[in-house]
Amino acid sequence: MAITAETSDKPGSLWSRRPQFLTTSLLIYAALVFWAFVSLFPIYWTITTSFKTAVNVTQGHLIPFVDFTPDWRGWRSLGLSPDTILAPSTVRDEFLRRFFNSIVASAGASFLAVLIGSLAAYGLSRFSYKFLWMANKDISFFFLSQLILPPVVLAMPFLVLYKNLLLLDTLIGLILVYTLMVLPIVIWIMRDQFDTIPVELEQAALVDGCSIWGAYLRIVLPIALPGMVAAFILSVILCWNEYFFAALLTSSNAKTLPVMVASQTGSQGINWWSMAAIATAAIMPLVLVGIFLERYIVKGLTAGAVK
Amino acid sequence: MSHTVTPAISPVERTTVQHTAARRGRLLIVAASILLFAVLVLQILEAGGVTALGLVSWRSLLFAYIFWAVALCASQVMIRGEAGQRAVFVLPAILFTVAMVVFPTVFGLYIAFTDWNLSAAAGRRFNGLDNLRALFADVYFWNALLNMVYYVLSVLVQYAIAFGLALLLNTEIKARKFFRVAFLLPLMLSPVAVSWMIGKSLMEYRFGPAATLARHLGWDNPAFFSTPWLARTAIMAMDAWVSIPFMMILLLAGLQALPSEIKEAAKVDGASGWQSFKEITFPLMLPVSMTAIILRIIFQLKLADIVINVTAGGPGGATDTVSSFIFREYRDRSNVGYGTMLAEFYLVIIIIFVALILKGASRWMQREN
Repeated sequence: MAITAETSDKPGSLWSRRPQFLTTSLLIYAALVFWAFVSLFPIYWTITTSFKTAVNVTQGHLIPFVDFTPDWRGWRSLGLSPDTILAPSTVRDEFLRRFFNSIVASAGASFLAVLIGSLAAYGLSRFSYKFLWMANKDISFFFLSQLILPPVVLAMPFLVLYKNLLLLDTLIGLILVYTLMVLPIVIWIMRDQFDTIPVELEQAALVDGCSIWGAYLRIVLPIALPGMVAAFILSVILCWNEYFFAALLTSSNAKTLPVMVASQTGSQGINWWSMAAIATAAIMPLVLVGIFLERYIVKGLTAGAVK
Repeated sequence: MSHTVTPAISPVERTTVQHTAARRGRLLIVAASILLFAVLVLQILEAGGVTALGLVSWRSLLFAYIFWAVALCASQVMIRGEAGQRAVFVLPAILFTVAMVVFPTVFGLYIAFTDWNLSAAAGRRFNGLDNLRALFADVYFWNALLNMVYYVLSVLVQYAIAFGLALLLNTEIKARKFFRVAFLLPLMLSPVAVSWMIGKSLMEYRFGPAATLARHLGWDNPAFFSTPWLARTAIMAMDAWVSIPFMMILLLAGLQALPSEIKEAAKVDGASGWQSFKEITFPLMLPVSMTAIILRIIFQLKLADIVINVTAGGPGGATDTVSSFIFREYRDRSNVGYGTMLAEFYLVIIIIFVALILKGASRWMQREN
């Protein structure tokens, strides 16, 4: 209401501006609500569909309890409804295995990437290197340029390489590929993070007799922790959603959640409600991450892009 | 902790200590290199069938490489002291990336010039430039490349929408946190899940809410994936739904970093909302806009998941991206040699394209300033 307060001391403009201000803010809210609807409706639709029966799907019922009674059918087919949760279920075992694989692959790759990525970012932010013709700027560019590489270029050679290294269909193999995929982003975020930390802090530590590594581990790392969390979360999201490599490099053992979802979509006989249940279970962890860790995601996304 | 011990040792002793350390370091790296080389030779001999040591895989080479990498880092510290300690910060990332990228790219180049179909009995066979010739004659590949042009152009539309949303979120509104989280959520979702949620259920011809809505609005036959342009637009819409939040967040951060005095000055001078946007906000936002658009284009060039899962390139290749086309070449036709040639060719195009964009952007920014 800042503008009304401003305009109220100019009586002449009050009546000419107030309705305009009201319509503007009405339009703003209408646009906001419209886009919130666009963003949230597919998620809402997926979650509610997992509680629908065939009739509710075909008749297009949308609101639970009002025009359809929720039914556990979709979750029962996954073995996750209240009445089946204790009974043995092959589908649930399968689902949990994929879920677990996704967690291990994304967390492992993000951990590895943050570990070596923040080391490299710190080095690039603080010291000046000279490696053959490459100075700091070139080394940074070398890392960042990996972003351009499309997965298709690496997929086939990796398939052959992994076959010979016995890494095909293993989580280790997947973790290594994912680390490669998120490393440029982690370095990008962490370099921005280290650039904001004043050098004086480490210089003081060095004077006090710390080695470079001691200063890094004891002084710099604790300060840079929020940035590392942001980088970690962002790379978990990227790895969790990755489909291309997972589809080509895994077959039965290390298959991740997106591959399972994709294979279910392809099969004709699958019911809407169980498909919706799988999709809901697959997106839920990240929806929760998005709601509760939004601050870190925004921090990670905007690092380095906005000066 | 070299600093803490130095006072106890006289300069002469210190240099001898350094000398021994340096000698040991050199010894270590030489030994590790010899080991790596020996393992490499052994593996090649084994693969060639000369020796029979029972090495089933190339894994020992992997371990030798890891050992060599560790030895390299350690020897750097031992030989060069503090400079070595500094080098060890970037070395792991460099060694990792080189091992993971350089080998596959080089090996990929080799595969690209072979005739290799996994389902054929013949195995790998060098066939020179045949793949390249086939590529130039492949209508579907050029079609996919043309589609990429459309998909990249759609980034501009996404940018316009994202800018609008960022402006909305930057105004004085209530419940801003709620709207920000709600707008961000699509970015969190996996494209595979999105292709089911939107492509296969919301846009489903018979019962999908989007189709129902379209019928209510008077469109008799809302088959979203029937005609080429319709299907392409539907894919673009899904892609936009996922990726608009990314640009929106960047642009919003840019807007919030703008100094508020400038806008206030414009208001005092009597500029209308549109004028102050056109003359002040937009020009000031150019660097952030450039970053956002370029990053999005780079990601857009990899677009594949949604296409693979919703239309598999159909109808008639109208929605195909290069990545999804090559994916099917691998998965459904097992045509490894040709697929890799397509991928390497695409990589060359991408590199040229991105380099041109970066160059153009930096030149343009310079002229603007």
